Formats: sequence, C-alpha cells, structure tokens
Amino acid sequence: MNDLTNARSPAVTTASPLSPEAPVRAQVADLSFWYGKFQALHGVSMPIEDRRVTAIIGPSGCGKSTLLRCFNRIHDLYAGVRYEGAINLMPDGLNLVSRTVDPILVRLMVGMVFQKPNPFPKSIYENVASGLYVRGIRTKSEVEGRVEKALKQAAIWDEVKDRLKSPAYELSGGQQQRLCIARALAPEPKLLLLDEPTSALDPIATAKIESLIDDLAKDVTIVIVTHNMGQAARISDQTAFMHLGNLVEFGETEQIFTNPKADQTRDYVTGRYG
Amino acid sequence: MSEYQALQASPFLRRGRILAAVMQALLFASAALSVLITGAIVWVLVTESLPFFTQVPIWDFLTDLQWTPVFTDAHYGILPLLSATLWAAGIAMLVATPLGLILSIYLSEFARPSVREVLKPILEMLAAVPTVVFGYFALLFLTPLAKQFIPGLEGFNLLIPGIVLGIMILPYVVSISEDAMRAVPMALREAAFGLGMSRVQMAFSVIIPGAFSGVTAAYLLGFSRAVGETMVVAIAAGQNPNLTGDPREGAATITAYIVQMSLGDLPHGSLVYSTIFAVGLVLFVITLIFNLLGFFLRRRFREAY
Repeated sequence: MNDLTNARSPAVTTASPLSPEAPVRAQVADLSFWYGKFQALHGVSMPIEDRRVTAIIGPSGCGKSTLLRCFNRIHDLYAGVRYEGAINLMPDGLNLVSRTVDPILVRLMVGMVFQKPNPFPKSIYENVASGLYVRGIRTKSEVEGRVEKALKQAAIWDEVKDRLKSPAYELSGGQQQRLCIARALAPEPKLLLLDEPTSALDPIATAKIESLIDDLAKDVTIVIVTHNMGQAARISDQTAFMHLGNLVEFGETEQIFTNPKADQTRDYVTGRYG
Repeated sequence: MSEYQALQASPFLRRGRILAAVMQALLFASAALSVLITGAIVWVLVTESLPFFTQVPIWDFLTDLQWTPVFTDAHYGILPLLSATLWAAGIAMLVATPLGLILSIYLSEFARPSVREVLKPILEMLAAVPTVVFGYFALLFLTPLAKQFIPGLEGFNLLIPGIVLGIMILPYVVSISEDAMRAVPMALREAAFGLGMSRVQMAFSVIIPGAFSGVTAAYLLGFSRAVGETMVVAIAAGQNPNLTGDPREGAATITAYIVQMSLGDLPHGSLVYSTIFAVGLVLFVITLIFNLLGFFLRRRFREAY
C-alpha cells in the first residue's frame, strides 16, 4: 500500500475548480452530529449547488447516510440525537438543523427517497398525492395535475397511467422506487435526498433510475448517497468522500475520480480499500 | 417572505399543528389516567391494610402457620393462603407451559392455514367460557372423575382446580406466544432451511430463541392471571385455610379468602375487614414481582429485527 502511494505521480489538476459564482442551494457549515455519546459527524462543511447532483461516497459507517439524513431532520425521530453547526438553506440562509426550526416544515421543503422502495399501502395515485394532502392541496384538478406531472418527471407515467387506482404493491421493485421518487417530487421540494436509491434494485431498474436522476437535475437539486462508485461517477456533478465521520475531500466529480488530492480518496475510488 | 415563513403562516398547517397538539395532550391524558388508576388502587390497598399491620406484627404475618382471623384464638399467618395460591398457580403452569409451547409452535410453524383457521377460534373460545363454568366443571365433573384414579383425592382439592386453571390460561399463553413466533422474520426461517434444518430443528433452535422475550412475557402474564384467578379456586379448592404439601387436599387461596370474607357482613374498620386488604396487597406484590421479572427478561433478551 505504501509503495503504491509513494510511487504515484505528482498531482496534475485536470478538473476545473468549483466555480465560485455557481448558485448554492444549501451550505453545510461545520456540521457535527451525535447519536447519544457517539459522534458520527465531525465538522463537515460543503456547498450543495443548485440544480446539480451532489454524491456522497465512502465506506460503510463513514457517516454518509447520517449526513444525508441531517438535511431533513429524519434523525429527530430517534431519541438522544444532537446537531451542532448548520445546514443553511439558500437563499434565506435558514438553518435546517436549528432547534428553533420546526422539523416538520423542513421535511415539507426537503424530499427524501429511501434505500428500499417504501410505497404506502394505498393506490399508485394516492401514494403520489399523499405529500400534497399533507400540505393542504386537495383541489381535485390541482392534485390530478401534479400527480401526473410528478409521475412523468419520475419516468413512470407511461407504465402506470392506465392503472392509477391499483395498489402500489403490484408494481415491480424498480417501479416502486420510481413511484417513491414521484411521491417525493410531487410537492416540488427545494432539495431531493436519495439514500442509496438503487441498492435494492437490479441493473436495468438501476439504469432507469440513473437516467431519471440525470433528467431531474435540470429542475431539482439532488443529494445522493451511494455505495456504487460507478454510479457516483456517472450521475453526479460534485462528489464528497467521507471517512469516519469526516469529510475527507469534496470537489467536482471528475476531479475526485481522476485526480483525487487525498490519499484516502485515491485508495477508495481505485478500490484499494473500503 | 421566505418559504419557511410562508409555511409557518399557512393556516392549513397551523390547524394541523393545533390538532396534533390537542391529540398529543389527549393521548397523554389517557396514558396518565391509567397510571393514576393504578396509583389509586395501590393507595387504597396500602392505606386500608395499614390498620392490620399496626396490630399484627409483620413477622407473625409472614411466619405464622395458621390463618384464623375470625376465631377467638386468632392467627394471622399468610402462609396457608399463599401456599394454596402458589400450588394452584404452579400446577396451572405445569399444565400450560408444555401444552402452550407445543400448541403455539404447531400453530405458527406446522399447521396448514386451513387447520389454523379452525383451531385458533376454537382455542380462543376457551377464553370466552365464564370462569364460574370452569369452577363447577372442576368441582362437579373433573374431581369425581379423577377420584377414581387418584386415591385420597378430596372433594375440595388443589390439583383439579390447578389443572383447570392451566387450561383456562392456555388461550392467552398460546395467543401471545404464537404472535411472538410469527413475528420472527421469514428470513431467519429461510436461513435455517438453507442450512438443512428440519422444521422441528428450526422451531427449537431458531424460532423459540427468536421469540424468547414474547414467549416469556406470555407465560409471566399467564402466571399472573393464574395467581389472581378467583372463581375456579373459590368453588373447587374449598374455603378452608390449610397449609399443606399435598395438592390432593383442599385449601383456600388468597383470592378465595377475599371472596369468602367479602360475602359476609364484616364491620367496616374492624381488624378482620382490614385482613382483606392485607392479603390483597400480598397478591398485588406477587403479580408486581412477576411483571417486573417479565420486564427485565424482555430487556435482557430483547430481539430487535
């Protein structure tokens, strides 16, 4: 291992540096997080650029999912958790992890898709409409319009348009996951969080979701946690590499994968450990 | 106005927040009510039995071998009542433990769905039988029948009511332990089959350990019910306080004594009156100990899936 690291050639910058004028959707600022006494995040700072895809990678237990779950305060469901620092949602700079900010309102602004497809035991239509009902949107025409729009955005409309009333469980795993993406998109979130959204899916379903994420990035800001480095390289614009609760390196995806600055990042993206 | 402020000001969401707060308060109130009622029961038990313990030394209460509160030569030893209670409940557990375990394993792991659909409701019907029917079933049918096989069995005895108690608590025990067994994830069953285990091996080496906390809770609950059950023992075990090591003899249990005394006209505030609360307190302490035991066992062996 040491031989290999010593033998590598001096760093050559091939990637363009982060453009300072790129609009930032959210700014993670010195964020630390504790599960009880265990500190899972150590002073993480990084920008989330508007309408781009930010991937968070790293070995199991590195804190990448923990970081993602800070963005919509899902951690608050469990007792004994503590945040320090900030995730400032732009343009107002609202600190999402502040005690004085209502986590329910945070979740109304930040959508999430989980590792395993988790549609509700309802019809396809009702699943997508759920997030709208929560916001008090009940006008039939508006709900119908937004359900259709979300299903189209999630590239599943053609497959389900003739059976919107059938139970969501009749869909395949990949379809269920796209349905969950549509459910998260319907309320038009400021940020969309994807927590290893394809790890329970086969390669074909995975490919569909990846191309869907590509299209979505035109309109939505996406943060994705993934175990699959190929996936991160294919679909993300920026990549953050985490290890043991620390942000080791953050940069343009191309630079992280072709010319990482930290040895740890190089070892991980080339598959030497992790 | 930022989107957050807009959301904060939304009348729809505000109504939701108020509704949630009201619901939370109501839920808390109902939870608090059950705690209050329990507290009130404990309060009554303790305050009403205080006169008893001020007149009878606690050492006599715990060690005296006779319980004769209405005699002129009054003795206040809890042991005869306690031993009868534990005999009856112990025999009940001897019946209910193996039967309950076998039945719940059969229902959750072996029975075809069609068989289970028939068996479970029948078993649950046992729980719908009034306890007084069980009492006379024990006294008038089972005891005479058993007398032909068991020499020395008295008309009032602890053995037959104990067995009937065991059958009585069986539906509760089976229902709870079967639920616990069915809650063991299919993935564990698949893993067991994947190793080449038979259904029986799987039941004993995977399902029972996996459902251990639930099964234990079922038995502790069953035991608490058996200890507190009144009608069967009051009818079929007799009303005579009797410290005995022989379950063929009859003996009054704590609950039977309470029923017997409550039926008579005891002057309120007399010493005999307060014995009811004193023995009731003992009963409460026993079930409390078993519930706490169940609580700690569950914590110790909790299986998180």
